[in-house]
Amino acid sequence: MLEFKNVTKRYSSQGRPAVNSLNLKIEKGEFVCFIGPSGCGKTTTMKMVNRLIDISEGQILINGKDIMKQNPVELRRSIGYVIQQIGLMPHMTIKENIVLVGTLLKWSKEEKDARAKELIKLVDLPEDYLDKYPHELSGGQQQRIGVLRALAANPPLILMDEPFGALDPITRDSLQDEFKKLQRELGKTIVFVTHDMDEALKLADRIVIMRDGEIVQADTPEEILRNPANEFVEEFLGKERLIQGRPDVVTVGQITGGSPVTIEPQATLKTALATMKDKKVDALLVIDSNRKLQGYIDIEMVNLNYKKATTVEKVMETDLFAVTEDSLLRDTVHKILRRGAKFVPVVDEENRLTGIVTRAALANLLYDTIWGDGMELEDEKPKLRAL
Amino acid sequence: METLQQLITYVSTNADYIWVEFYRHFLMAAYGVLFAAIIAIPLGILIAKYGKLSAWVLSLGSIIQTIPALGAMAVIMLVFGLGVNTAIFTLMLYSILPITQNTYVGMKSVDKNVVEAAYASGMTRFQVLRMVELPLAVSVIMAGLRTAIVIGIGIAAVGAFVGAGGLGAIIVTGTNATDGTAIILAGAIPTAFMAIIADVVMGWIERKLHPVKTS
Repeated sequence: MLEFKNVTKRYSSQGRPAVNSLNLKIEKGEFVCFIGPSGCGKTTTMKMVNRLIDISEGQILINGKDIMKQNPVELRRSIGYVIQQIGLMPHMTIKENIVLVGTLLKWSKEEKDARAKELIKLVDLPEDYLDKYPHELSGGQQQRIGVLRALAANPPLILMDEPFGALDPITRDSLQDEFKKLQRELGKTIVFVTHDMDEALKLADRIVIMRDGEIVQADTPEEILRNPANEFVEEFLGKERLIQGRPDVVTVGQITGGSPVTIEPQATLKTALATMKDKKVDALLVIDSNRKLQGYIDIEMVNLNYKKATTVEKVMETDLFAVTEDSLLRDTVHKILRRGAKFVPVVDEENRLTGIVTRAALANLLYDTIWGDGMELEDEKPKLRAL
Repeated sequence: METLQQLITYVSTNADYIWVEFYRHFLMAAYGVLFAAIIAIPLGILIAKYGKLSAWVLSLGSIIQTIPALGAMAVIMLVFGLGVNTAIFTLMLYSILPITQNTYVGMKSVDKNVVEAAYASGMTRFQVLRMVELPLAVSVIMAGLRTAIVIGIGIAAVGAFVGAGGLGAIIVTGTNATDGTAIILAGAIPTAFMAIIADVVMGWIERKLHPVKTS
């Protein structure tokens, strides 16, 4: 779809280039966020795509065609463009604004009317807004119109320069959701510039982190959170986000409690009761001599069947949900909560018991997430942990 | 009281003459501003696009503005001779600065983001000028024309000294006559009246052309 080949931009012949030999391939339908500190070249990179800024060296290809060989005016009409400052024409009605590109492409009046009506439905604004002027709309509504203007001629590629940056957090959030949904429905390829990491993590299929005109890391949000390429990326993500991001990528193995209390299937209920009392637990995992998980038994089952049965085997619940060490914690948490389970046994590939995730372990993790990793807290308020 | 009576007598006996001079006066001012606009609006657009020229052009305009109209007219008379052409040319010179200045300011005050969005939507340079910049700058440009025409009506009165006629001629007649106060007023009041009317009408047009409609 869109390909950067050794793209370089120099504003002056000496000095550091604003964008330095950038290589990147963007697939059709992909949502790519460029992110980095100010002056890292992300906006320059984006503006080179529709030739608002000219390339010094290298090539940008759209569907295999070199953009430098195309007429810049035609090129821009085939690429949507949304900016932070919105830039609606204040002297034109909303309708005229939406179908601006259509006017340039000499659509008929009927075509323009139909397209405007069709588009305004996408953002849930009433049709009579079409005859209003931009200054009569709120900032969020204006930016919705800005997005529609970019969509009007149905371009496959849309460039966005911090489009939601100037909006208040609540409007921004709802517009992000709306837009992400819209993008999935319409299958557009998006190049999105932002300095807001949360926005990038939320929207992007792929995040391109830039510094000093070069790509530091280009990967999926999950991969970037899991394996930041270097210290710069880590710093840019921020410690908090890395911790917050952890539940997404933490595996069960990392928080597993070591030795769950177990019992053999052949043991009597009396022994089971004694073990529970001894270890101060209300449930036991049943394993055979090879440590293979068979089921579990809890105090209620013992209580109900104390007179009828004798061995654990006959009473235990075998329909047991277990996870492996490398399964993601977020899925596990979800399952624990949904099933209302008090614990989840952890097993290896051969169904041998290796550990347990209890609700207490989850509470600890939550604590770490909210209070940081705990280490700092110990320095600052040593007593807090003891409480 | 006596002056007022004299004025009424003069106006009633010379109504046709005053009307002819009034019209002539107006045409001088209008032509001067029109010719000035033909030069000054493109000039204003040009200096707005090529910023380096702006300082030069605008200070040159200011210098012209400081020359007394009567002196300038005398010098221009050497080229054009006596008559209405000299007056119109002088008027034009004095109108160029306010129109250029306002065109420049109007073009500069167009939101850069709007212009960027216009280019990014695939407008050619000319389309940006015609569909975006000029419509957004037009009310400020009109304000320049308004200033120019009000100044022009004042300067046209001086035109009588170079034989251009107009209401100035009536004033000059009055200054030469013994006890000519009434005649001077018969020329001066319509001049002032014309300036006020022009200002009001142009102000109305300016508001009408304001790009952002407020309902």
